[in-house]
Amino acid sequence: MTGQPPRPVTIALAGQPNVGKSTVFNRLTGLNQHVGNWPGKTVEQRTGEMVHQGTAIRLVDLPGTYGLTANSEEERIARDYILRERPDVVVAIVNAAALERNLYLIAELLVLPSPVVIGLNMMDVAASHGVHVEPEVLEAALKVPVVPLIASRNQGLLPLVDAALRLAANPGAFAPARPEIRPPHRPILAAITARLAGKLPPPYPTEWAALKLLEGDTEIASLVRETAPEAWEGIHPVLLQHEDAYLDIAGGRYEWIARMVRAAVARPRAGVITVTDHIDKVATHPLLGLALLLGVLATVFWLTYTAASPLVNLLGKTISGSVAGAARSALSAAPAWLSAFVADGLIGGAGMVLSFLPILVFFFAFMGVLEDVGYMARMAYVMDRFMHRLGLHGKSSLPLFLGFGCNIPAVLGTRIIDDRRARLLTLLLAPLVPCTARLAVVTFLAPAFFGELATLVMVGLVALNLLVLVVAGVALNRLAFKGAKTAFIMEMPLYHAPNLRTIGLFVWNNVAAFLKKASTVIVVVSAGVWVLSHWPGHGMDHSVLAGLGRMLMPVGAWMGLDDWRFIVALLTSFVAKENTIATLGVLFSAGEGGAGLAGRVAAALSPLAALAFLVVQMLFVPCVATVAVTRQEAGWKWALAGVVLLLSLSLGVGTITYQAFSRL
Amino acid sequence: MLKPLSDLKSGERGIVRELQGGRRLAARLAGLGLAPGALVVVMHNYGRGPLTVSVMHTRVALGLGQAARVLVETREGEP
Repeated sequence: MTGQPPRPVTIALAGQPNVGKSTVFNRLTGLNQHVGNWPGKTVEQRTGEMVHQGTAIRLVDLPGTYGLTANSEEERIARDYILRERPDVVVAIVNAAALERNLYLIAELLVLPSPVVIGLNMMDVAASHGVHVEPEVLEAALKVPVVPLIASRNQGLLPLVDAALRLAANPGAFAPARPEIRPPHRPILAAITARLAGKLPPPYPTEWAALKLLEGDTEIASLVRETAPEAWEGIHPVLLQHEDAYLDIAGGRYEWIARMVRAAVARPRAGVITVTDHIDKVATHPLLGLALLLGVLATVFWLTYTAASPLVNLLGKTISGSVAGAARSALSAAPAWLSAFVADGLIGGAGMVLSFLPILVFFFAFMGVLEDVGYMARMAYVMDRFMHRLGLHGKSSLPLFLGFGCNIPAVLGTRIIDDRRARLLTLLLAPLVPCTARLAVVTFLAPAFFGELATLVMVGLVALNLLVLVVAGVALNRLAFKGAKTAFIMEMPLYHAPNLRTIGLFVWNNVAAFLKKASTVIVVVSAGVWVLSHWPGHGMDHSVLAGLGRMLMPVGAWMGLDDWRFIVALLTSFVAKENTIATLGVLFSAGEGGAGLAGRVAAALSPLAALAFLVVQMLFVPCVATVAVTRQEAGWKWALAGVVLLLSLSLGVGTITYQAFSRL
Repeated sequence: MLKPLSDLKSGERGIVRELQGGRRLAARLAGLGLAPGALVVVMHNYGRGPLTVSVMHTRVALGLGQAARVLVETREGEP
């Protein structure tokens, strides 16, 4: 062993949702964490590194799961990781205020091969509910190390890591109490175990596989059928005879848990009415809850735009004024085309887009707060009544809300919807939610086009998008999805004070994705638009881009768009929605940078055509990044379906708007 | 007497005895505490839309369709 650097200890972090597992992970790893995907899966994987008293530790955050069945992708990932990768220790975080329900996952973990340490989190919440848990007594009953924690206040985390390392150094000492199944099924389990003995390939423990078979686990069933057909022949009839054993096994686990916690937990006789119950009287009420939801969302948008607007204006002025000016003087010795390329093309295009950053930061900060305090689950609950009519799920409303920030997290966020049809429908509809990029374009153009009516027009445009979303949802659900209904089951977590770290990380992850886009795709498009609009020379009117725009003028004529520059602006918005402004900035600047841009743009269109232009812009095909993640999540077919759907909706609704208003 | 959880009014309670609707649904319900033997209290049931229940010191929201698959035992005359 000498001379070799010691292998890092691998700790897998397990736990049910809403137990503060991410807080534990974030506290332990800080910014030393990597967010990726589980190999070949669309489930997010977070890993991190830390050093504790000279020992290097690799932390793997398992998906939050209620149990370890094969019924959801998250649960399969968690159990496959433990079975195949054999982490040195599994640290399981449980919520002390809801210990019995949380120990259900522990009952499943204890029959897997890795040793387990329990982090008994939210001791403060439990105490405030009058629940008293004695960690030593629980430890004695389960014969598993139990460490009390208040992760939100950074209490108990180092002792938790200590306990994990002690166990990793001496795994042989781990001999936990194991859940037993109810007496009537014991001989059956023993018979299955006997038939399986020695027949299964590694890494599957025989007893665990036998239990899973009796529970009706389809994954283990096909494994046995393929690798041990002769054993399967004997086992299959037994399983058919005891098809309902799974209910008994689940009930049995909770009976075992009740015995384990009996001496360790003291609760007040009469249940305490908690703050959560008081708030939920309003927050989950069909009418009051809806009013609250609308109020909360209106406040979020109002705060976002009030707080961000001055910053956006300041950034915009700085970029189009000082930064572009500085670039011009720095390049005064260079050829004139290079100076124009940098000042008008790059800074006038991509630079202007960067000025929207404050909107994104504020929006995600507010959404992060709503998520962290526990209100998001209530939003899903209140919205379920409406979502149901669209063939959607209450949970669908969460990614759709995120879509107001950016459609990319919305598409990724559909992962929380476990029903495939509801998920696909949400994926198709998500780009109809106007993202900050599109709202920023409208915020920029509407005042120039409509002066004092701008606010009215903006609210109307957002309402139109949502109306189109509802109509398209109902129609698609009837036609393509045959009116399927989906199951709604969701835990409502306790409300708690927001954690700045968690919210900060949420904002950072979303903003980082935007910055990456702004510094790559949008820069390239800005440069490309500038080049195409100046090539092959003789003025912008004779450029390649002008030619392409003119070619599409007949389509533009349906909605009164008689200027090729607007058609090109729409086309480039496919690459990124902010490009509408970037492109108009390049095409209308003619050496003046971004200053006074809005006025010059407004002068080029009639008010009616301007309205139609904004309608099309709001409903136009999803940006290329959204299409790319849709393909990654659901395949080419659905990504293309989304493009076609939005293309036809935007042209259709744009034309109707123009034609209807021009007949008034 | 067994009746579907969806028939219980706000404030009524029962003990889960049966889970219908297949193994997949049952496994999800069991993971959230709605397993045979569990005491469940309906917090809000407005008759339309999902209801909220309290089970094992947690709160769970479930659609009426899913609640109809959970059969509970209630004692007559008990609030």
